[in-house]
Amino acid sequence: MFDICELHEPETLQEAKRIFHDNPDLKVIAGGTDVLIRMQHGSLAGAGLLSLRNIRELEEIRMLGDGTLSIGAMASFTKIFQDDLVQKHVPVLSEAAVSMGGPQVRNVATIGGNLCNGAVSADSASTLFALDALLKLENLEGERIIPMGDFYAGPGKVNLGPGELLVSILIPREGYEGMGGRYIKYAMRKAMDIATLGVAVVCKVRDNRFAELRIGLGVAAPVPIRCFEAEAYAKGREITLECVQEIARLAVKPSRPRTSWRASKDYREHLIEVLAQRAVAEAVKRAGGCCAH
Amino acid sequence: MDHKVVGKSAQRLDAVAKVTGRAKYTDDFFERGMLVGKVLRSPHAHALVTRIDASKAKALPGVVAVLTPQDLPQIKFATAGHPWSLDPGHRDVEDRLILTDKARFVGDAIAAVVAEDLLTADKALHLIEVEYEVLPHVLTAEDAMKEGAPVLHENRPGNIVSSFGVQFGDVEAEFQAADQVFEGDYETSIVQHCHIESMSAFAFVDTDGRIVVNSSTQIPHIVRRIVAQALGLPWGRVKVIKPFIGGGFGNKQDVVVEPLTAAMSLAAGGRPVRYCMNREEVFIDTRTRHGMKLHLKTAVSNEGVLKGIHVQVLSNTGAYASHGHSIAMSAGGKFRPLYDFRAIKYEPKTVYTNLPVAGAMRGYGTPQIFFALESHLDDIARKLEMDPIELRQKNLIKVGHMDPLTKNVVRSFGIPECIAKGMELIHWDEKKKAHQQQTGPRRRGLGMACFAYASGTHPVALELAGARIVMNQDGSVTLQVGATEIGQGSDTVFAQITAETLGIPVDMVHVVTTQDTDITPFDSGAYASRQTFVTGIAVRKAALEVRQKALEVATRRTGLPPAEMDIRDCMIVEASLGRAVCSLGDVAMDSYYDRILAAPITSDTSANVRINAMSYGVTFVEVEVDMETGKVEVTELWNVHDSGTIINPKLAEGQVHGGVSMSLGAALLEQMLFDPHTGKPLNNNFLDYKLPTILDTPKINAAFVETFDAAGTFGSKSLGECPTISPAPAVRNAVLDATGVAFHKIPLYPQVVFEKFREVGLLAERSVEHV
Repeated sequence: MFDICELHEPETLQEAKRIFHDNPDLKVIAGGTDVLIRMQHGSLAGAGLLSLRNIRELEEIRMLGDGTLSIGAMASFTKIFQDDLVQKHVPVLSEAAVSMGGPQVRNVATIGGNLCNGAVSADSASTLFALDALLKLENLEGERIIPMGDFYAGPGKVNLGPGELLVSILIPREGYEGMGGRYIKYAMRKAMDIATLGVAVVCKVRDNRFAELRIGLGVAAPVPIRCFEAEAYAKGREITLECVQEIARLAVKPSRPRTSWRASKDYREHLIEVLAQRAVAEAVKRAGGCCAH
Repeated sequence: MDHKVVGKSAQRLDAVAKVTGRAKYTDDFFERGMLVGKVLRSPHAHALVTRIDASKAKALPGVVAVLTPQDLPQIKFATAGHPWSLDPGHRDVEDRLILTDKARFVGDAIAAVVAEDLLTADKALHLIEVEYEVLPHVLTAEDAMKEGAPVLHENRPGNIVSSFGVQFGDVEAEFQAADQVFEGDYETSIVQHCHIESMSAFAFVDTDGRIVVNSSTQIPHIVRRIVAQALGLPWGRVKVIKPFIGGGFGNKQDVVVEPLTAAMSLAAGGRPVRYCMNREEVFIDTRTRHGMKLHLKTAVSNEGVLKGIHVQVLSNTGAYASHGHSIAMSAGGKFRPLYDFRAIKYEPKTVYTNLPVAGAMRGYGTPQIFFALESHLDDIARKLEMDPIELRQKNLIKVGHMDPLTKNVVRSFGIPECIAKGMELIHWDEKKKAHQQQTGPRRRGLGMACFAYASGTHPVALELAGARIVMNQDGSVTLQVGATEIGQGSDTVFAQITAETLGIPVDMVHVVTTQDTDITPFDSGAYASRQTFVTGIAVRKAALEVRQKALEVATRRTGLPPAEMDIRDCMIVEASLGRAVCSLGDVAMDSYYDRILAAPITSDTSANVRINAMSYGVTFVEVEVDMETGKVEVTELWNVHDSGTIINPKLAEGQVHGGVSMSLGAALLEQMLFDPHTGKPLNNNFLDYKLPTILDTPKINAAFVETFDAAGTFGSKSLGECPTISPAPAVRNAVLDATGVAFHKIPLYPQVVFEKFREVGLLAERSVEHV
């Protein structure tokens, strides 16, 4: 039994924006796998909810004319990991999606909810960050498109304006084309767990050199981060074991892990280096390269 | 022996009911006008309630009653699910009140609300005003025993529940005379049962004025007694019903929610009240497995002969005694009939701390002591440069061994065969060779561990079991037992024992699966792996009586004396000729409707079982250790058991699967964590408490060495708790084999493994400075 005072269930995006505009204090609920747990724990008592579950247009995954892959914010993780377009063009996102929760959770949890919840452990966030994804936000007044890096404002906080909804995630062609990728979710369990560390790597290989490398990390800092120094180091370099090891070492630099009862700072930093190295090596392999020698 | 039903994998009687969702559990029953209860819990680990004002909560519309400690009888009671002892010196510690004005752990129940719905109850809890005088608290057994430590219970000023121990032989003399003496410290963490079904009950006052409690319990007859004791009522004024139950594992061998639920109903004028804990509450205010610290000191000859052992145990029992010292004592009893020590000194201390209450959990102290002992033996073998299996084989007891303290006799001892079979199944020697000189980031290792266990509690406690059989008109029988089906499959096993004895198929045995203390035969319930062994004897006895009565009725038809007849496939046959003479149905009809001699065939009997049988087994395991992350994965596992005759192989295999997964969780992932400064639970939910999922569980292989134990029905011994004892030390020993690193505490959590690898130089400090 939940302490909910009102529930709105619009069927169109326009209607949702109108309701949210008129009632900016409403709590938006997507799949509910985070919101309802918070309510169960006693927060959000007496909340009014704006549910997006009936808005079919927000579930679509499609390829836009310019090669941008557009993923509706209400697409479930099950839908994402099974989707043909996602599997063909961004298999690393499929890999991240299926690492989340268990089958029942994935059936209801949405990618938009995962991002807007602001959790640093969100499995989709570090991957989308590595893919240079953009977020399309709309309210009654209009829309804006921002990069992932501008979305996170702090632990559990995202930059959403009044009455604003995350509508879709846009992955531009240059974000994914010709890229090999690997997402490693490091958690204590193989399912039904949150990441102790999430490492997402995508790279493009030409003549066994890094044409491009992008690394996103989850749970390595208060918000999901990118490892720009490691990425810059890699660019143009020949792929060798030493090079990959150096990339992994550099990946630790932007991190700001903290010690908690779940894991120590020292252990988390160690994991970033070990897992970044493994993820880069696998991404290279998937991009057609080779780092063994 | 040639059996028709015993030894076959009869389908469990409740299989269809459970998989189709038709089996009704406590929460599936509804009474008209049912209310709900909620509990206000202390936010402090140790505090006195100085003021409590419920007036605002009472004024909230929808609130029917608010209960505070003052509203309830001030009768301290013991909660442990043991048979009552007529000897006051053998009773459990009476240290609990239904609600307390002295909180002894974070989550201790201070007040309760009865309301029309959960939301109202929840709101009312926030309206109860409580002022606390916060007291200093203590979380570890060592700290609790220190001079000047905060005292939890006034009548135990040193916080020690008991330090009673046992010994035989002269262990000091063995240490003096020994070639070598080895010492080791081992520790297990606090874990929990994690049964799927929550702790739940509902209660109401019936039209005859008696209190009816419907509860998810393993021990309905004991619940009846303790509810009556806690409320100060005559025992007959309470009736307890136990429907289907979604797991207990010992947590429900304790009286947890029932007295409070009954009190809630009384406070609401006898209206039905349901109190069902949420998972967070189950973690903090039911029972846990005792975290234990064990110090082992062992005298050994240069040839590896174990001479004497001194075991010191610190058992952290939390804020209330519950099963208290019985668990440490059980551990001390179970490990003895395995290795042939000439002298044993067992010194346990059970200590109160300001943590959730520890109680019974599958294995009852035995997983802890075998983690220590079997780890210790591998450590000794390494130091002696001896094969760890050979060390064990060299020291095994033999059939006929009598424990000098309990006087229990070992009548069957399949461990040597279990070891041989396990080595073969896991390909021990081949794998040992293949694992030599590993250098990569992933290394494999092999480990094994043995265990011993008992069947029931004799001679420590009363082992009484009741069974009642009524033969129906069609020759089928209805069986009632006081022992409880809690998922382990006992109803099916009892049906098989009955069917085998009566010469009828299993589907002609109708087992009443619900226990109702008004009509169910007396039995103390499901615990101590006692059901097949202890209750099986009562069931067999009842079935034999029914068989004899049926043959006597048949005599009237056939003229043959009962001893010349047998019942086979529902027919009465002349035994020596195998000639069918009439059907069992004919006999049953005579028993009901013969105008002169009608007397239905029934038996209502009980067995006071004053014998025990030791069960044994071995775990063989292969692990793979990620040397860089510290993660340990089990790649192959075999549990090989000697549980005597296996009555139902499929059910036996199921027990092994469940028990092994529990032990692997404790070995690698599970631990209840508390803030060291406040005593608040950190992970009392299934996200943060890392119960393994099915993806984390390797294929679990079960194998059996079937001995015949003369003490048990059809040669059977216990199995229920056995599989959860040896996997954890086997995993620990396999990690030692893979890495050369000896861990002394479980779980082998990746963070801990990482730190240890750093400490011993297997992992270098990170080279790059973090800026």
